[in-house]
Amino acid sequence: MLSVTNLTKRFGGFTAVDRISFALEQGEILGLIGPNGSGKSTTFNLIAGTLAPSEGSISFLGQDIGGRPPMAACHLGIGRTFQIPRPFKRLSILENIAVAAYYGQNGQISRTRAWEQAEEALNLVNLPSDPKSPVDGLGAAGLKKLELARALATQPKLLLADESLGGLDEHEMEQAADMLSLIRREKNITIIWVEHIMGVLMRVVDRVMVLDHGEKIAEGLPREVARDPRVIEVYLGSEEIKIADAQGDAGGDAGGDARA
Amino acid sequence: MEIFDIFLLEAILNGILLGGVLALLALGLNLVFGVIDVVWICYAELVMLGMYTVYWLFAQYGVPLIPAFLLGILAVAALGALLHYLVIQPVLSSAPINQLLVTGGVLFFLQALATLVFGVEFRNIGLRLPVLEFNEMYFSFARVLAFVAALAGMVALYLFLTRTYLGTAIRAISQDRAIMPLMGVNPKKIYLITSAIGGGLAGLAACLLVLQYDVHPAIGLSFGPITFMICVMGGLGNMVGGFVAAFIFSQFISVGGFFFAIEWGYVVAFAFFILMMFVKPQGILSRRR
Repeated sequence: MLSVTNLTKRFGGFTAVDRISFALEQGEILGLIGPNGSGKSTTFNLIAGTLAPSEGSISFLGQDIGGRPPMAACHLGIGRTFQIPRPFKRLSILENIAVAAYYGQNGQISRTRAWEQAEEALNLVNLPSDPKSPVDGLGAAGLKKLELARALATQPKLLLADESLGGLDEHEMEQAADMLSLIRREKNITIIWVEHIMGVLMRVVDRVMVLDHGEKIAEGLPREVARDPRVIEVYLGSEEIKIADAQGDAGGDAGGDARA
Repeated sequence: MEIFDIFLLEAILNGILLGGVLALLALGLNLVFGVIDVVWICYAELVMLGMYTVYWLFAQYGVPLIPAFLLGILAVAALGALLHYLVIQPVLSSAPINQLLVTGGVLFFLQALATLVFGVEFRNIGLRLPVLEFNEMYFSFARVLAFVAALAGMVALYLFLTRTYLGTAIRAISQDRAIMPLMGVNPKKIYLITSAIGGGLAGLAACLLVLQYDVHPAIGLSFGPITFMICVMGGLGNMVGGFVAAFIFSQFISVGGFFFAIEWGYVVAFAFFILMMFVKPQGILSRRR
């Protein structure tokens, strides 16, 4: 359903995403991991239309969407959540979601239907607060759920879930993982899940892709990737080892040079 | 009641009636600022053009009053959208001072244009509305009408903003402009609609003012400054604050004018404004962010 080819994004001399290619099947959950600054968020922004690619193409459901505005991506069925939740603080919980439901489908559905879909999305994420209450009262975990419900309300076919917030504890991480697999099961939504660390993600995802310095360094089944020496190096290796390796590895050089 | 008390009460009630129109004037400006974060310095000039539109249609072309009012409101709404499209949108990401200067430029442009097109004469729609008597107190019917229409306009805006998806999107975009496209909302469209509504409110104010005042190219100067002071005192962008401030100001003008001369009412009101800027610079009801 999604096919990304040679996707590249440069900011001046800095290459944030460097010739990444990957494809997604309908209903799949792909884990996208990598350290801070490895290009995960940029990849998300490119797919969601917030940024236009410097090179390469993004094809979603047979349409080339690279460089289209985010509204268009949203109307086609790409939803996203942010690492740091960005709710409308002076709107009620349900209003936050209802706006997303109505406009996410380009106003093509009835007003009542949008309201129902907003309630549906809210039920799915299991937010215990009163839907009419203001967003102010929600804690960090509640805001993450609201963020997710808002993305789901746009009725996405592909969900870009940015969960890479360090703040969640082990239990909350487990919950987030269960939530995403529930969404896939119930709604058959294809998901890309971004995360800094491997941890619980590995239990839920079908495949993992690892980015480092804007390049794809590994892709495959979670247990294969977890054993990949380059991945282990990125996650365990010290700065010296990485640099030594990059010098010995022609493929790893491009990203390093571009940053310099 | 003693004669003095009656006059005082009359002044207070007239102040309340005046407050309705001032609150309406402040509302449009606050809506535009609250949502788009740009101050329309030329706001009162939009009102002036609305007054000319109604004057023209009614007094020159014989269009009945109600259709003339509706056309006047529509004309200023279109003008608001045009102002946004031609002037505001290109400077949306510029420094705030540039935005202020450009709308300030529009103020003088519109004033000069009106002088050129309409001349400097004071024009009156020539409609004499009765004066109402109540318990030995006198109120102009035009003022009562303006007060009621202003309140109705405000209630309608409130319902629109809270009960419709478009209204909710307008409130949402005022809180986070960047995230809206990711929910399928086109911010440009929402801004254009907001500007049209802001213009429409200026148009409604124009209809109410043209019943009470002569129109001339510089009339914007007689209520433009006070509209800004009300908005600032209420906290720019804070519609409830602007509403409250409008009634405080109108009491200063009306009751101040009762104790001293009418000009003194304005002096006292502006002195109060300056004082409030020292005491509560964020506005009487500080806006929650």
